Amino acid sequence: MALLTLTSPHAHGRNSTSRVMMTVTLATVPGLLVTTALFGFGTLVNVVLAVVVAMLAEALVLRIRQRPLGFFLKDYSALLTGVLLGLALPPLAPWWVTVVATAFAIVFGKQLYGGMGNNPFNPAMLGYALVLVSFPVQMTTNWAVSSQMADQPLAGLLDAITTIFSGSGADAFTGATPLDTYKHLISNSTAVELQKLPTFNGWMAGGWEWVNIAYLVGGLFLVYRRIITWHIPVAMLAALSLCSIVLGWDPDMYTPVSLHLFTGATMLGAFFIATDPVSAATTPRGKLIYGAGVGILVYVIRTWGAYPDAVAFGVLLMNLAAPFIDAYTQPRTYGHEKARRGLTSKEAR
Amino acid sequence: MASKSLSEISLDGLWKNNPALVQLLGLCPLLATSASVVNALGLGLATLSVLVGSNFAVSLIRNHVPDAVRLPAFVMIIASVVTVVELLMQAFTYELYEILGIFIPLIVTNCIILGRADAFACKNGIIPSMVDGATMGLGFTCVLLLLGAIREILGQGVIFSDMQLLFGPAAASWKIVLFHDYPNFLFAILPPGGFMALGTLIAIKNIIDERRKEAAKAKAVPVEVTTESRRARVTGKIS
Repeated sequence: MALLTLTSPHAHGRNSTSRVMMTVTLATVPGLLVTTALFGFGTLVNVVLAVVVAMLAEALVLRIRQRPLGFFLKDYSALLTGVLLGLALPPLAPWWVTVVATAFAIVFGKQLYGGMGNNPFNPAMLGYALVLVSFPVQMTTNWAVSSQMADQPLAGLLDAITTIFSGSGADAFTGATPLDTYKHLISNSTAVELQKLPTFNGWMAGGWEWVNIAYLVGGLFLVYRRIITWHIPVAMLAALSLCSIVLGWDPDMYTPVSLHLFTGATMLGAFFIATDPVSAATTPRGKLIYGAGVGILVYVIRTWGAYPDAVAFGVLLMNLAAPFIDAYTQPRTYGHEKARRGLTSKEAR
Repeated sequence: MASKSLSEISLDGLWKNNPALVQLLGLCPLLATSASVVNALGLGLATLSVLVGSNFAVSLIRNHVPDAVRLPAFVMIIASVVTVVELLMQAFTYELYEILGIFIPLIVTNCIILGRADAFACKNGIIPSMVDGATMGLGFTCVLLLLGAIREILGQGVIFSDMQLLFGPAAASWKIVLFHDYPNFLFAILPPGGFMALGTLIAIKNIIDERRKEAAKAKAVPVEVTTESRRARVTGKIS
């Protein structure tokens, strides 16, 4: 009787692609809940819309490419792209911004490169960058203001839906982000004056700090579950802090480090976006360099760039560099004297 | 080389060897000026006339210029033709000339023109050379127009705006607003949008070529019908 021969490894983890994607999606839930609680239902509507569009776009292209539909839809990668985009976009942006960003992310950012695992760029950030470049007005003024600002009402579910789909009444609930406000106002006022503004509400940024802390918690859960390693988030946050402490030490001239770390998309970017296993660097040292690069770029673009936030551009630029970084940070293979590095060795290709 | 018929030359320029879709020549002006139909048509027509003119002149002198100095001679000819076109545009379509700006004089450096002069006109007679120049230019103009239309619709939600720059004041009313309250989609007007639209056009052309090749193959090999092996079943018994 022929016995079934099993080769090692005999014990293996149960991590499949769909499991990983589902875990990451679940880890965004605290952030989503806090955002909804503090900023109204806009983000929730965005996430649902983005997920629906992402699934439809994925199914459509898979059909055209004659790939098995169920197999690829069930890896939930399109779902995750939709969730991340929904979280990243301004909560009360018009519906077509979300649709264009998501469809572009899936069709151009992912499927045209060959689908899951072949995309050189983070699809969600490609979609985000597209709409940020194309619709600057909608992308910078449709951020929901938080409930901690007493003089404005919070967008309820119905308000959010009507604002997003008809565009009416947006002004009642929206404004610029704290990062944007600080950058523009600091040139002719002092830090103490700015902190009295309702946008900043004391030491922090009216609600944004809780959203970022929620993403931090979700991110730490991912590190704990070993879905991601610590290298990229730590390197990115460290580089961003270092830059803003050393270069922007004066809060009367530059955005202080607390705002850099706890407003905008910093924590979402550090734990959920920069760590994308497909488009990020993969070697441990490479991850450190990659993360630090994202952090530095985020600081540079936020401080001297024209756009209010920079996580999307920082991540996309470092995505470009990731293969190069990987080629030069190959670890030594056991049994070999030296690591084979550089673009000429076969491993690099 | 010289045995190519005029229709073959035309097919080459318009489709099989299209300068923009297959040779990928002259991408810089192609992407820079294809944000609207009127810009695209302006540059396309300018390039077309330069191509016809330079191919004609190069073909005329092809037996009198030694090979060693042919390239400088071609460049002189092309530069003169471009200057003529530039002056004509200044005279008749001044506003469009202002909009296209540097890209009109830059036609001199367009690889299509020197390419056709060196690859075709200096080896062929006057008539084939002019047909080659015209069809290559037409192929280029068609792609430019298509790109311009796509980018204008996507970018601004209108088509045929500002046509009076090229066709006189009567054409001002040609503008068609396809979507009212269209939020300008800046990406389509910016260069990356041009690259993406061109890539899509190339992909579509490749798909069409592939389909036609497969259809031709299916037609070329007749389906063999072998009557002997066909069995008509009459009863339940299979013999």
